[in-house]
Amino acid sequence: MYDILIIGAGVVGCALARKLSHYEGKIAVLDRAEDVADGASKANSGIVHAGFDAKPGTKKAYYNVKGAKMYGELARQLGVPYDPIGALVLGFSEEDRATLQKLYDQGQKNGVEKLRIIEHDEIMALEPNTNPAAACALYAPTSAVVSPYEMTLALSYHAAQNGVEFIFDCPAEKVYEENGVWHVETAKGAFEARAVVNCAGVGAAALHNMISDQPVEIVPRRGEYYLLDHTVKCPFTRTMFQVPSKMGKGVLISPTAHGNALLGPSAEDIPDAYDTATTRKGLDFVLDKCRLTWPKVNIRPVITTFSGVRAHPTSDDFIIGPVHGAADNAFEAIGIESPGLTAAPAIAEELGELVAEHLKLGARKVAPPVPLLHPFFAMTEEERAAACKENPDYGRIVCRCEVVTEAEIRDAIRRPVGAKSIDGVKRRTRAGMGRCQGGFCSPRVMEILCEELKCSPLDITKCGGESKLLAGTLDDIAKEARGHE
Amino acid sequence: MSENIIRVDVLVIGAGPAGLAAAIAAKKAGVDNLIVLEREDHPGGILRQCIHNGFGLHRFKEELTGPEYAQRDIDTAREMGIDIRTGVTVLSVSNEKRVTAVSRENGLQIFEAKSIVLAMGCRERPRGALAIPGTRCAGIYSAGTAQKFVNLEGYMPGRRVVILGSGDIGLIMARRMTLQGAKVLACVELMPYSSGLNRNIVQCLQDYNIPLYLSHTVIDIQGKERLSGVTVAKVDENRRPIPGTEMQFDCDTLLLSVGLIPENELSAEAGVALSPVTSGAVVSDTLETSVPGVFACGNVLHVHDLVDHVSNESFRAGEMAARYAKGERRTGREIPVRDGKGVRGVVPQKLLLSDDCQGVDLMFRPDQVYRNHYLTVYADGKPLSSLKKMILTPGEMVVQPLNEKMLAACKDAGEITVAITEEKAV
Repeated sequence: MYDILIIGAGVVGCALARKLSHYEGKIAVLDRAEDVADGASKANSGIVHAGFDAKPGTKKAYYNVKGAKMYGELARQLGVPYDPIGALVLGFSEEDRATLQKLYDQGQKNGVEKLRIIEHDEIMALEPNTNPAAACALYAPTSAVVSPYEMTLALSYHAAQNGVEFIFDCPAEKVYEENGVWHVETAKGAFEARAVVNCAGVGAAALHNMISDQPVEIVPRRGEYYLLDHTVKCPFTRTMFQVPSKMGKGVLISPTAHGNALLGPSAEDIPDAYDTATTRKGLDFVLDKCRLTWPKVNIRPVITTFSGVRAHPTSDDFIIGPVHGAADNAFEAIGIESPGLTAAPAIAEELGELVAEHLKLGARKVAPPVPLLHPFFAMTEEERAAACKENPDYGRIVCRCEVVTEAEIRDAIRRPVGAKSIDGVKRRTRAGMGRCQGGFCSPRVMEILCEELKCSPLDITKCGGESKLLAGTLDDIAKEARGHE
Repeated sequence: MSENIIRVDVLVIGAGPAGLAAAIAAKKAGVDNLIVLEREDHPGGILRQCIHNGFGLHRFKEELTGPEYAQRDIDTAREMGIDIRTGVTVLSVSNEKRVTAVSRENGLQIFEAKSIVLAMGCRERPRGALAIPGTRCAGIYSAGTAQKFVNLEGYMPGRRVVILGSGDIGLIMARRMTLQGAKVLACVELMPYSSGLNRNIVQCLQDYNIPLYLSHTVIDIQGKERLSGVTVAKVDENRRPIPGTEMQFDCDTLLLSVGLIPENELSAEAGVALSPVTSGAVVSDTLETSVPGVFACGNVLHVHDLVDHVSNESFRAGEMAARYAKGERRTGREIPVRDGKGVRGVVPQKLLLSDDCQGVDLMFRPDQVYRNHYLTVYADGKPLSSLKKMILTPGEMVVQPLNEKMLAACKDAGEITVAITEEKAV
């Protein structure tokens, strides 16, 4: 019997787990995937939004601005790449100017600092690669970029370090309350707890509607992106937005927290919440829209395209708090689309306190996060020499493109909430994230995974489930073929 | 850390066929203080996984497998006492020829070389660079990665295979996987011609009844966790898919053989000027790059078709690097060698005209297939030679020797141009 079961190991679930790990109690996070951040948390724009987009008075506005103010310190504490580079929203017409003015006013009401509207000359001085047709822009210096999956991972590490259990490959199929105990039935059996918290992203509506008297609808909204190689300088030093549409904040071009250029997203409502395929239509849409910001758009250095599915609530606002009409001790943070990444720490802070209060959990002292390994990539020559002396595995470069060593890969597998797959290693270390996209390092990463997890290469997956990389030994397949004849 | 600097005359980066040949030539030219750095645990480079035969026909007049070809150079290098250090990854090269490298055994090491030979080879273009729409499931490999799994690790990546691109590694893998019990359903090539050697089309596809779809490409990838299928469509002359021509293949594996890219990140960091056409260094006839004392050869310079050419080119680079290390400097007048009509990426891009200039091979790839055309070399627009060729194709490197006589004839020329012409130039 757990005190709290959190369903969903995205950025909201992990932030909440970390917050609740500061209280006495037995906590577990369940996720359908094989790793944290498997949904929208790994595939989004990675922007810490300043907070001018959301309508004043909404939960989106409140948690966005509060979350944005928490981010710098949180990222520093957790050792996550974060860069307050600022953002521009470009306007090209008088109509756009009116929209920018509206955004500015919203920002003022929401409590966003340092916002101002700037004119053509200043835009071009700040960002010389901008379309010279840009007439004006809303400048938000407090906007930032963060590595979203690394933020989620770091939150989960700290939670796990404080005793939170993470249970993967465990989709919640049924949730119900009986005699004051919450039951969660999953593919891995039934779990019981005093309280449940629904943080299930695109899967959250189904769970909510099982226990609430007020059904909600959450529409999967897919966004597609291009990611360019960081050896080619991003044409912009800030996040470049266009005026928003009714489908969201529109297409942006931004350096990521790692210095790659990111272009996207499209916005398309889709039937399958877990369909993260990219499409010609979506990618062409992104490219076409990007031309408005960057007329000389050049995607020759593209290293990958990807898509993420946001959980868009038809109510258009976050749904946070006790589940309406459910028995006691059912909570939720659902419909957390953009600016959800920004809002997550603030949501966790308040929802965590609410849950702890309801369960009357006492606070406990926890250790600060165990620092992540200093990446070899970022070390000075002296630091590299010292690191190799201390641990010879630093002397073995596994990923040439991103300069990732065997030491870092082994650490990523060994740590709590460790990597179990090729993609798990990639998200934790950047091995395979560079221009060759794992062509060179994936066989070696696989070997290290086998050594650490004591398994056969035939068991290794790209990203869990049936995503096995190999079909069999040479003998297996040859015998099978002879059998068919 | 200055006390730990290792000083060498010639430092070779990479112990594949290019690095080995360069080291052998440098040693023969009288340089003893010579080190070869290799990131893998064994020398031999990509040849180690190329277990098919067909290597060495030009150089040894025999058909060798890749490992056999490499072993000959490894044996020679060892007999000559050349210091090959494996498991060492070079992290940086400066324009002052200071090299940092790291290994498990020795940690971080710093080398200072009188001359450097860049022989890092090339890498495969990945899926991401093509931006093919679809899912990001398991089962999509570059052909070389699949070759490594099969030939070095003993595992099959899949059972039902489609190959995108008709580069040589893809063609070789079509045969290899078929022989091992997989079903290769199709080889799909975007261009109206193959980018592989003709002999590989015949021996690896036709002999096994594997269809080759020219002017086709993969337009969608399906499969949630593991690949379940791909959609292929015909493309028009602008390489855009033609609606209504879609074909569906149920497969668990997609191999990509869509081009090789010289691995020049270290070169770029050292300030070596790179050619946008070859993606390799801009070199003179001595294979010296824009950074004095830094030479380049093999697939890091331009992607070759035959390893025999790699070895020949690298012998020259090694010898020149040795002479540079011994203080020899050539003087003369530098003139450019330009791509004319039909020619892509001629190497070297510069000639240093001097009294001791011996012959040099000009190498390039045609920009498309030409039949019964003339390969013409001009000096300032005046033809130096014009020879009829039955067939010129992008899959095969063209080697055009520039002999001493021709060099003498362009003594006063301002530039050399190589072109493919319909008529014999006179």
